[in-house]
Amino acid sequence: MAVGWISRAHPLWFAFLLHRLSGLALALFLPVHFSILAMALRHPARLDGFLQWAQAPAVKLAEFGLVFLLSVHFFGGLRLLALEFLPWSERQKTLALGAVSLALLLGGVFLLRAW
Amino acid sequence: MLDVRLYLAQRLSAMLMVPLVLGHLVVMTYAIRGGLTTAQILARTRGSVFFMLFYGLFALAVSVHAAIGLRVILHETARVTGVWLTAFTVVAGIGLLLLGEHAVLVVTWP
Repeated sequence: MAVGWISRAHPLWFAFLLHRLSGLALALFLPVHFSILAMALRHPARLDGFLQWAQAPAVKLAEFGLVFLLSVHFFGGLRLLALEFLPWSERQKTLALGAVSLALLLGGVFLLRAW
Repeated sequence: MLDVRLYLAQRLSAMLMVPLVLGHLVVMTYAIRGGLTTAQILARTRGSVFFMLFYGLFALAVSVHAAIGLRVILHETARVTGVWLTAFTVVAGIGLLLLGEHAVLVVTWP
């Protein structure tokens, strides 16, 4: 158990957890996303009602969360691909922090435009 | 609980999605300005071969990627193995693929 704790007391364990949780959340969101889009054909009025509801500030914050999750999984995934397929770099912690920073930036830009 | 084929499928679908996710982030951030209506979305997407191919490919890649990712989580956290793990992966992958391609066709069919 002590060994487990030592391996988790590291910023890159947090990077692993963030990648796993963001991936899980995105995978669970996908069926909802697809179903709402499919309403465009059969129930355009219901989709419009949904889009109007999506104007609420709380929903826009939730959308920021989704854009952040997609971005952080994307940039974190790029780090993993580089780690596996490119020459080794010592700067893994910097790259992981860069991934989180870029995801916050993209989420922030999205939120500002949506507001 | 990944063999070489599943590992490669996971990495190849990830690489394929690099330009697709970037494009999706740009489209979303561009389109959200001033809110969205069903008519606005359909005006942009209906009859667009580009959107049909772009999102058709995206839905395929993400179905493969998400099904394999969920499989890894299910195995590592719930210790599911064998035929149940295979069945879950296939059902998740095909289910996402059908829902995804249906949604793409709904918004891009002329």
